[in-house]
Amino acid sequence: MSDLLKVSSNPHVRDKNTTSSIMLDVIIALIPATIFGIYNAGDNALYTIALILVTVGSCVLFEFIYQKGMKQKVTISDMSAAVTGLLLALNLPSTFPIWMAVIGAAFAIIVVKQVFGGLGQNFMNPALGARCFLFLSFSSYMTNFVYDGVSGATPLYILKTTGEVDSLRDMFIGNISGTIGETSVIALLIGAVYLLAKKVIDFRIPLAYLATFSIFILIFGEKQLDFEYLLAHLCGGGLMLGAFYMATDYVTSPITPWGRVVFGVLLGILTGIFRVFGANAEGVSFAIIFSNLLVPQIEKITRPRPFGYVHMKKKKEGK
Amino acid sequence: MSILTFKGGVHPNEGKELSKAKAIKKLLPEGDVIIPLSQHIGAPAKACIAVGDKVLVGQKIGEAAGFISANVHSSVSGTVKKIEPHLVAGGNMVECVVIENDGQYEECLLEIKEYEEMTREEKREAIKEAGIVGMGGAGFPTNVKLSPKNDDEIEYVIVNGAECEPYLTSDYRRMIEEPEVLIQGLKMVLSLFDNAKGIIAVEDNKLDAVIMLKKLVRKEDKIDVKAVYTKYPQGGERALINAITGRSVNSSMLPADVGCIVSNVDTIFAIHNVLKNHKPLISRVVTVSGDDIVEPGNFLVPIGTNMQQVIDAAGGYKAEPEKVISGGPMMGISVFTTDYPVTKGTSALLVFKRDEVSAYESSPCINCGKCLSVCPGRVMPSRLADYAEHGDVESFVANYGMECCECGCCSYICPAKRNLTQSIKSMRKDVLASRKK
Repeated sequence: MSDLLKVSSNPHVRDKNTTSSIMLDVIIALIPATIFGIYNAGDNALYTIALILVTVGSCVLFEFIYQKGMKQKVTISDMSAAVTGLLLALNLPSTFPIWMAVIGAAFAIIVVKQVFGGLGQNFMNPALGARCFLFLSFSSYMTNFVYDGVSGATPLYILKTTGEVDSLRDMFIGNISGTIGETSVIALLIGAVYLLAKKVIDFRIPLAYLATFSIFILIFGEKQLDFEYLLAHLCGGGLMLGAFYMATDYVTSPITPWGRVVFGVLLGILTGIFRVFGANAEGVSFAIIFSNLLVPQIEKITRPRPFGYVHMKKKKEGK
Repeated sequence: MSILTFKGGVHPNEGKELSKAKAIKKLLPEGDVIIPLSQHIGAPAKACIAVGDKVLVGQKIGEAAGFISANVHSSVSGTVKKIEPHLVAGGNMVECVVIENDGQYEECLLEIKEYEEMTREEKREAIKEAGIVGMGGAGFPTNVKLSPKNDDEIEYVIVNGAECEPYLTSDYRRMIEEPEVLIQGLKMVLSLFDNAKGIIAVEDNKLDAVIMLKKLVRKEDKIDVKAVYTKYPQGGERALINAITGRSVNSSMLPADVGCIVSNVDTIFAIHNVLKNHKPLISRVVTVSGDDIVEPGNFLVPIGTNMQQVIDAAGGYKAEPEKVISGGPMMGISVFTTDYPVTKGTSALLVFKRDEVSAYESSPCINCGKCLSVCPGRVMPSRLADYAEHGDVESFVANYGMECCECGCCSYICPAKRNLTQSIKSMRKDVLASRKK
C-alpha cells in the first residue's frame, strides 16, 4: 500500500491558525492586565498569583476529569479551559477565597461548558456564568475590594451612589480598587490592540458596545452630556474587560457581521440600564450573559445575503 | 487608481517563485497515450475511430455527443490500440482511446476557411470542431460559452490571467512568452461581439506581465489590461467579474446575464491556434511544481501523456512524495497514483513531500466566523457544513448552500481545521444529482 499517495478533498493547504493558537493569543493579550492586577494587589500579590494559578489550573483539571469520566477525547490542549480560567480569575477580587474560586471553576467548566457539549456548544460565556454564580452565592466576598491595604468601594460604586468622579488618570492606569483584571484600562487596551491586529477579535462588537453604551450614558446617565462622567463610566468596572475579551468570545457571540453590531448595541443598552437603573453598580457581566441567550435569534435576523443577490433584492424593493 | 478586487478571499502562500522563471518546454509523449473521451462538462464524446485504425496528430477520435459536449482529437500519430475505460484524475472510470505512438507526429489540419473569410457562425463552428473547452479546470465547451442568447448584450470579454491558485505559473508563462498571440486571440473572440470590450485581467503579483501587455495594447481601443489585487480566488469567474465590472453573478445566473464572458488564458491560445493555424486542441501548458520536484517548470504537454512522464521531465522527485495534486492546491484534485493521463483541464501537477492536511485533526467549531468573512459567496460555511453533515437538505438549500463555488477558502482559514468545503461539496453534489432526476 505504501506506493499509494495520500488523498484528501480540496483545499490541500491550510492557514497556520489553529484553535489553540487563537486561545494562546487571548492569553498573551491578557498578560498585561494580569501582571497589573498582581502588582495592584500590593502586599497581597503572592496570594493573588496563587489565586490565578489555582483558578486556571482547576478549570483545566475539571475539563480533564469530566472528559475522562465521560470517556470523551481529552481536549485540554486546545487551551480553551485555560482561557476560561484566566478570565474567571481576572473577574475575582484579589482577596477571594481560593476554595470558592475552585467552585467557580467547576461551575464554569462542568455546568456551563461541558454539560452542553463542550467547546463550541455552550450558549453562555463560561467565565461570566461562573462569575455571576459566585456573585449570587458569595456576594460579600465577591465585592470585598481591597486597595492599598484598605477595603473600600470601587470608583464605579462611588460614582453611582454619590455621583463623584474619582481621578480619571488613576482609573485609566488602574490605581483603583476592583477585580484583579478589570482595573487597568491601559493594560486591557494594549491586549485589545494585539487581538485586533492579529485579527483574533472583530472590532464590531467592542465598537458597537462602547458606542451604544456611551450614547446611553450621555442621555440617561445621572449627569447628562457630562463627558467626565462618561469617561468614568467607560473606565470603571468591568466594561473594558467585558467589551474586548468576553463579549467577543466566539462561541457565545453572533457569527454574522451585522449580528455582531446588533449584539454590541444590545450589550450597550443592557449595561447602561443595569448600571444606571439597577441596584448594583456593575452591569457588564449580566448584560453579556443575557445577550448570549439572544445570539441564535440575532443570527437568524442578520443572515447575510449571498453574493449576487444584493442587486436583485434591491431592485425588487425599489431602493 | 483603486485596486480592483472582490470581498472575501484568502492569502495562501504563493509558491510561484519555484517555476515563475522557467520557460515553457515542449514535451513529447513516450509510449502509448491515453486520451479520455470525456475531458469536459456534459456528455462524453463518442469514439469515431476503431481499434486498429491509423490516426494522425490532430485527427478527430471522439465526436461531441450533444449540445454540451466536445470533440476529442489525437495528440500523436499512430495506431489505435484499445478503446476501454481507464481511471482519470477525478477518480472515475472514463472511456479512453489508447493510441500506440509511432513517434512520427504526422499532422493533419482541420478543414476550415482562412480566418479573414470566416463568418461568425463559421468561427464558432471551427472552435467547436477543434474541441476547445474552458481550460481553467471546469471544462465547459467554449463554443457554447461564446454563443450567448444575444451577441449584442455582451459588453466585456475578460481574459482570466489572474492565476490566483498558488504555485501555478502556466498562464503567466503563456502571457509573457507570447503576449501578441494572446492579444490576437482575444481580438478573434471580440470579433464575435460588436459591443464588447476586451479586458485582460492579471493579478498584481505579475506586474511584469501587466506592463508588457499594457504596452502592446496601447493602440487597441477595444482592449484594456487591468491589474487586479492578488488574492485567492481572484480568478474565480464570479470574483473576477465583480472586480472588473462591479457586477455580481449568483449560481443561478450565467456571466452572459451581466454582459460578461470570461475565458482562461490557455483557452484563448487554443482559439487562436484553431482560427489561425487550423489546429485543434491537443496540448496544454502544465506547471510541474511543489517542494518535492527537482526542477520545477512549465511544460507544453500533449493531451493523453502520462502524468508520471511529465513529472519525470521536471527531474522527478527529491524524496518519496506523500501527495500529488492535479491542479492548484486550493481547488485541485489529489491523486493516489500518477498513472493518469493529462487532460484539457490539467493546469498543474504539484508534488509535496508531506501532506499537511491529513496531519491535521478536525476539532469542534468555535464559531469564530472566519469562514464567513472569507467566503466570496457570502454564505455561512460553518452552518452549511453542519447541515450537510446532518443530511439536512432543506436547511442546506434554504441557507443558500447552492451558492457555494467550492473555492476552499473556508476550509483553508478554519482554525478548527474542519473540512467545511468537503462537506458542503458532497451535499451540493447530492442536491444537484437529485435535481437532475
